[in-house]
Amino acid sequence: MRDALEGSQAIARAVGMCRPGVVAAYPITPQTHIVENISKLVADGALHCELVSVESEFSAASVVLGAAAAGSRAYTASSSQGILLMAEVVYDIAGMRLPVVMTCANRAVSAPINIWNDHQDSMAVRDSGWIQIHCTDNQQAVDTTIQAFRIAQDLDLPVMVCVDGFVLTHTLETLDMPDQETVDRYLPEPAFARRLDSANPLSMGTLVGPDYFTEIRHVQHRASCRALDVIAAADRDWQALTGRASGGLLTVDGDPDAKIGVLAMGSVVSTFREAMETLPGGKKAKLINLRTFRPFPAQALIDACAGLRHLVVVDRSLSPGLGGILATEVKAALADGPKMPKIHAVALGLGGRDVPMEAWTRLVALAKDAPEPFHILDLDPAKLDPADL
Amino acid sequence: MTDSVHDLRARQPRFSGLEAGHRACQGCGEALGARLVTEAAGPDVILANATGCLEVFSTAWPQSAWRVPWIHSVFANAAAVASGVESALKAQGRRTKVIAQGGDGGTFDIGFQALSGMLERMHNVLYVCYDNEAYMNTGIQRSSSTPHAARTTTSPPGRERMGKRHLKKDLLSIIAAHHIPYAASASVAYPQDLRRKVRRAMEIEGPTFLLVHSPCPLGWGHDGSHTIAIARLAVQSGLFPLVELERGEVASVMPVRKAVPVADYLKGQGRFAHLFVEGDPRAREEREHLQALADYNIERYGLAGEGTDPYDTDGADTVRRGGSARI
Repeated sequence: MRDALEGSQAIARAVGMCRPGVVAAYPITPQTHIVENISKLVADGALHCELVSVESEFSAASVVLGAAAAGSRAYTASSSQGILLMAEVVYDIAGMRLPVVMTCANRAVSAPINIWNDHQDSMAVRDSGWIQIHCTDNQQAVDTTIQAFRIAQDLDLPVMVCVDGFVLTHTLETLDMPDQETVDRYLPEPAFARRLDSANPLSMGTLVGPDYFTEIRHVQHRASCRALDVIAAADRDWQALTGRASGGLLTVDGDPDAKIGVLAMGSVVSTFREAMETLPGGKKAKLINLRTFRPFPAQALIDACAGLRHLVVVDRSLSPGLGGILATEVKAALADGPKMPKIHAVALGLGGRDVPMEAWTRLVALAKDAPEPFHILDLDPAKLDPADL
Repeated sequence: MTDSVHDLRARQPRFSGLEAGHRACQGCGEALGARLVTEAAGPDVILANATGCLEVFSTAWPQSAWRVPWIHSVFANAAAVASGVESALKAQGRRTKVIAQGGDGGTFDIGFQALSGMLERMHNVLYVCYDNEAYMNTGIQRSSSTPHAARTTTSPPGRERMGKRHLKKDLLSIIAAHHIPYAASASVAYPQDLRRKVRRAMEIEGPTFLLVHSPCPLGWGHDGSHTIAIARLAVQSGLFPLVELERGEVASVMPVRKAVPVADYLKGQGRFAHLFVEGDPRAREEREHLQALADYNIERYGLAGEGTDPYDTDGADTVRRGGSARI
């Protein structure tokens, strides 16, 4: 059914259709509308679940941890400072192999305080062991949220659905909302591998010394790598049911023989897709949308980059002193491929700075030049002290 | 014909959720407290544990001393994890009782906010704090529960200091301000009383809280064989009053009919040794200060009375003032 919905409202409805047993969240801009909409669904009797309005994001993550350990489908959502306040528990959820699903309404991280969109928050927990999937539009946000519960349960791993704050969460789009029957058919009953149960006592989260720690980390890494197949399969099965695919591990748009590629994640991909179609000379480059950031789909990326001479990697986050986080990882992955394109590492759209369609032309033009060290594409030198140039 | 250890344990008349064979120190008050709590709580429970000695000494992988389902996440979130477990049980229609456990570090300090949230949201959880009055797991650092003037590795006495400079946080009063159905203090020196309080809390649908005074021989500087004697002196001196609160109001107290001098409690412990240095006027002053704190407790809770002190529950509930523990 076609509905005009705000991103947050659509995500809340999608979560509701997944029939979570426990939802716990703490408000933070730009995630707030998601938890508000879920609260309304519960208040209206449209969603029957335990809604725990916690006193912090740290407790939100802890509540869903406990709920998943006790065998309930559990959901939370956060952003920015909230993700960082959760960070200790975020790692713990992954290490304990709990199938929690979280929406990260991507936002910049302080200081300076900034409530607008970039990817610094989810990047800050990229090594936590969560699966991280980025959405280019709100249709994908809906479909990926539903897929996330299946992926999490298949692998006993938590899934973070990354949705650009404001750009998606606060934007009205016309969407195909799946019906409840479809979602029920798609998702398995929430029966997890391990569950706290007084009839079958189990100790979870025990102390592990040097004699077993390495093996447990290895198993976690293996499970995360296995997620590549599970994510792709979850998207294929969803497509079989609904006719809509969300992009598997990654997607490639444009001329397959192009020598120039631009790689990005999240909503800017939609902007660039539009630019590619409408701007003069826009089709000179192909566009790689890296949907799955964790696990990192290295082989799929190598395949997608075959024949490229130049690859412009767009970061929406920054590792000060290093540069682009995504570019660094892409470079490392492609180094294992047969022929590595020249990598042009740029950041843009930090802290909500608008990424206009014209950015596509500038990004493609970068490939004409020899790669420079990492730089920020939309930096305005006029606002800088000359010493900081 | 031999029975396996498992069979023998299955035939034990008294269920204990915490099995022998864990790695706690000799005379550990927390291990004793946890055994008493789980004995009283029975098998149909799920435990959520904060990081700390109890977690470390009971669960070195691949072994676990717990015979009941048990979960540990991180230091600060036992109450929030318990909230999540309880919410899931509610969503699934399961009736198992959830018990959260933490030390004073995980309860008075780092896990304090999560605890307050759990109480405010009225989760059906019994939170048990094993109070050994310092961060023992990291090697005896001061907590907000450490008594005034006690020595820890971060409140050492010296030329400029007489141990911890601040008062022990009055946690029970803060808990009382949440107006939860039931909260109590207990001591490992009074096992019947402790078990009774656990049973009482288990019957209540809603948040309950138990503060269990649990000596740490290593941290307090006493022989492991003196744990009970020292814990009892804390109660008998009035320094650690045993009280029960219903909806935040005092409902019952363990009387201290003839209070023991606080010095008798202090002098058996290395952490207060600097309070007994001959000729140091500060030592005398701090002893008087601690005595005054005990006197205040006795007055505040009306502990004084005639006759002899109870060794356990005898007379423990003689001072009783109404109130209902049911929601």
